[in-house]
Amino acid sequence: MTEALSDTFTVRFFARLREELGVEEMTLKAEPGLTTGRVLEQLASRGGPWSQLKNGQPVMIAVNQAMAKEATAVNAGDELAFFPPVTGG
Amino acid sequence: MLVMSWRFFRRSQGADVISIQADDFDPNAEYQALRQSGPDTGAIATFTGLVRISGDHSGVTGLFLEHYPGMTEAVIQQLIDQASERWNILTARVIHRIGPLPLGDQIVFVGIASRHRGDAFAACEFIMDALKTSAPFWKKEINQEGEHWVEQKTSDLERSESW
Repeated sequence: MTEALSDTFTVRFFARLREELGVEEMTLKAEPGLTTGRVLEQLASRGGPWSQLKNGQPVMIAVNQAMAKEATAVNAGDELAFFPPVTGG
Repeated sequence: MLVMSWRFFRRSQGADVISIQADDFDPNAEYQALRQSGPDTGAIATFTGLVRISGDHSGVTGLFLEHYPGMTEAVIQQLIDQASERWNILTARVIHRIGPLPLGDQIVFVGIASRHRGDAFAACEFIMDALKTSAPFWKKEINQEGEHWVEQKTSDLERSESW
């Protein structure tokens, strides 16, 4: 059971993206050489509202709660997050 | 007593306050807390942001604020740390509200206690400008026509980058 979980990572969505995708959090399988950009491509290929992840408004990326780039590596156990540009204050 | 007072002259993160909360806050209570930053406290600058009627759309009746628990607090702590490398900060207090906020409500508070006004003003403005473009909060505006997510402003990015 522990081994089955250990090769996965989570993806979280916030604000407009969470609403438009209808998903708050998902668990995906980690692969060698995976990057956040590749995860975005894979999710965008689902079509429909998902395609905005590559061809829509800017998407900000965090890995383990720190800002990241499309080239940032994704490893098992990581927490990814995709969200629109921030608008607090 | 002399040994104890020495600590007040040194900055410690322990005195900083970062709070993400649904409840309202009392700026006077925050100001009074900032006054307790030790005998070297010579200046306090505070900023309070409020829900305004004219946002991306007109006739705003309220906002809904969402954040990324954990990351939001970490980013704000990093901003305070960056500010304290550039300016003298004795204590920083940052409060940001989340959830439904009606027109006129307080959204955000940034307060800086420092030795001198220049450092207090600059650190307060820097933290506020940087918070708007880097802390993971998202604002949804509500008016009579419905609700919509607020777009990030180029002017906010320019202000943040100007530091």
